[in-house]
Amino acid sequence: MADTTYIGAINDALASAMRRDPAVRIVGEDVAEGGPFGATKGLAAEFGERVRDTPISESSIMGIGAGMALAGLRPVVEIMFIDFITLALDQLANQAAKARYMSGGQLRCPLVVRTSVGAGTRSGAQHSQSLEAWLLHVPGLSVVMPATAADAGGLLLSALRADDPVVVVENKELYFRKEPRVDLAPVPIGAAAVRRPGRDVTCVATSRTVHEALAAADELARDGTEVEVIDPRTLHPLDLDTIVGSVRRTHRCVVAHEAVRQGGFGAEVAALVQEHAFDALDAPVARLGAPYAPVPVSPPLEDAYLVRAPAIAAAVRSLVA
Amino acid sequence: MWLIRAFEESVSELVGTGEVVGLVHVSIGQEASAVGVCDVLEARDRVYSGHRAHGHVLARGADPTAVMAELMGKATGLCGGKGGSMHLVDVTHGVLGATGVVGGTIPLALGTALALRETAPGAVAVVFFGDGAVQTGYFHECLNMAALWKAPVLLVCENNGYAEFTPRSAHTPVERVTRHAETYGIDARTVDGNDVVAVREAAAALVAPLRGGGGPALLECLTYRMRGHYEGDPARYREASELAEWKAKDPVRRCASAAVERGELSADDAAACEAAARRAVAAAVAAARSAPFPPPSALTEDVGG
Ligand SMILES: Cc1ncc(C[n+]2csc(CCOP(=O)(O)OP(=O)(O)O)c2C)c(N)n1
Ligand SMILES: [Mg+2]
Repeated sequence: MADTTYIGAINDALASAMRRDPAVRIVGEDVAEGGPFGATKGLAAEFGERVRDTPISESSIMGIGAGMALAGLRPVVEIMFIDFITLALDQLANQAAKARYMSGGQLRCPLVVRTSVGAGTRSGAQHSQSLEAWLLHVPGLSVVMPATAADAGGLLLSALRADDPVVVVENKELYFRKEPRVDLAPVPIGAAAVRRPGRDVTCVATSRTVHEALAAADELARDGTEVEVIDPRTLHPLDLDTIVGSVRRTHRCVVAHEAVRQGGFGAEVAALVQEHAFDALDAPVARLGAPYAPVPVSPPLEDAYLVRAPAIAAAVRSLVA
Repeated sequence: MWLIRAFEESVSELVGTGEVVGLVHVSIGQEASAVGVCDVLEARDRVYSGHRAHGHVLARGADPTAVMAELMGKATGLCGGKGGSMHLVDVTHGVLGATGVVGGTIPLALGTALALRETAPGAVAVVFFGDGAVQTGYFHECLNMAALWKAPVLLVCENNGYAEFTPRSAHTPVERVTRHAETYGIDARTVDGNDVVAVREAAAALVAPLRGGGGPALLECLTYRMRGHYEGDPARYREASELAEWKAKDPVRRCASAAVERGELSADDAAACEAAARRAVAAAVAAARSAPFPPPSALTEDVGG
């Protein structure tokens, strides 16, 4: 079967959702041209003004998307880099996320936001951040973080059927990663995937780091250590049962992500695991993430910044030692 | 101008070889605004730029070797290799920031102007940004506040007709950026941004009142980027004829030939200028190339917080 890419799956999902549901709209910078990575390629030709190019006005773009959603449309707002979501957080956190609650349930805001995280491209401290943990602190937002092409398309399809705002946090390092094509199908929000079963250590990893964890697991398997790699896929609502169920079998847990370790999603997972499976743990939960530093441009520094397979393997080894 | 042109042609080649890293935006074709504006500035003035910053930093007098080393991520770079192309800072030459967030340095420049008014009366703050940045809230909010507080800030819009891959006409119905200044009674001029003398004259006229307690001012330079939005962008969204038309108005060659025509420079001198710039850039590349990368400890240094 032909290969597909993460960005190709996003493009397919957008096109199929737009064909199925006339309420779907796309709003963002350069989306009519296809965007810098090609996510919206060809959509303006097929769907005309349903694909709306905007000026560089992130805070209002987010609010316009929310306003469309409050009035019954299903907009997909594209914020090219999560670094620029900083500009749009007011409308996202204060309006979109709270509209349902503050209205006593009268309103629904089915807004989908697509954005990208990811270092490793030498693009510097304002184009490489992983800020997904900020979004988890705002009740009312679902946050999904696909690691594969099938999930990038499938989670987007589910987001476009949800009642409430969903932020799809993509990873630009994964955009052009090839994968065997699978039929595009919705991937449920709130369901983790066990990427590799294992009996010795549970490794919870997100986004690009899933692939690093799998590489580490391959290497560790050669020494006889079996790592179970869990990809939560959705950060909120979190599939805690899958994670806790695994830790109850393995008794050890490592959490790994690309975002800065301090205040990251890993802290939440570590806290939840100790709340729900303290008695099962043979060792403290290990957390891997970026150092407390902005993302540097210099190649050796950026390479050292990222959590790669060897660091995950080392953390696992120290847990089983 | 030749220095900036030669520098960026070299940057473009080095992106190709992988020696210059990251997301790189060159200003080839737009050099006249950087040079014309910076020429009327003084050492005490403070400058900010955006993502297309190499020319502004060089026009302020930054060492080409240190700029090149920064683009390569070397320890000897302006920012120790940590900032990169979009985040050039050179405090020695009064460059307090460049940014990858479009419009992000406009409020910084306004704040700096307010500070300068207290700490260095007569000094001005200048910010360079593109026509795309004019659609940000920052631009509009700061235009209002700058006018309200009569801040000594010069806003320089390099209007190259495009924001990424989208023409200006798809972003705004307002043809001239200077129109926005009218609402607030801000002194503003639109100039041929490929004519360095015209830019210089306009900048001088706008800056003079700022030094005497007036302000703010807006300068719109009509120009064109002769390469893609970033290095690697094939720029399929524009017509070859458009590029050809602007190539004929190349600001660097135009400046040189005008000077020769006016008899200010002999043809030999003009050629010598270009050759000297190319030699300086070659030396900068060689020095930057042989410079070391930062040590691992640099990763967590200067984080603050
Ligand atoms: C806040 C923000 N939104 C989007 C981007 C992506 N982006 C980078 S450059 C650019 C276009 C900028 O156009 P303009 O201001 O005209 O500058 P030019 O590139 O033409 O010099 C865009 C949209 C960004 N860097 N920052
Ligand atoms: Mg522009």
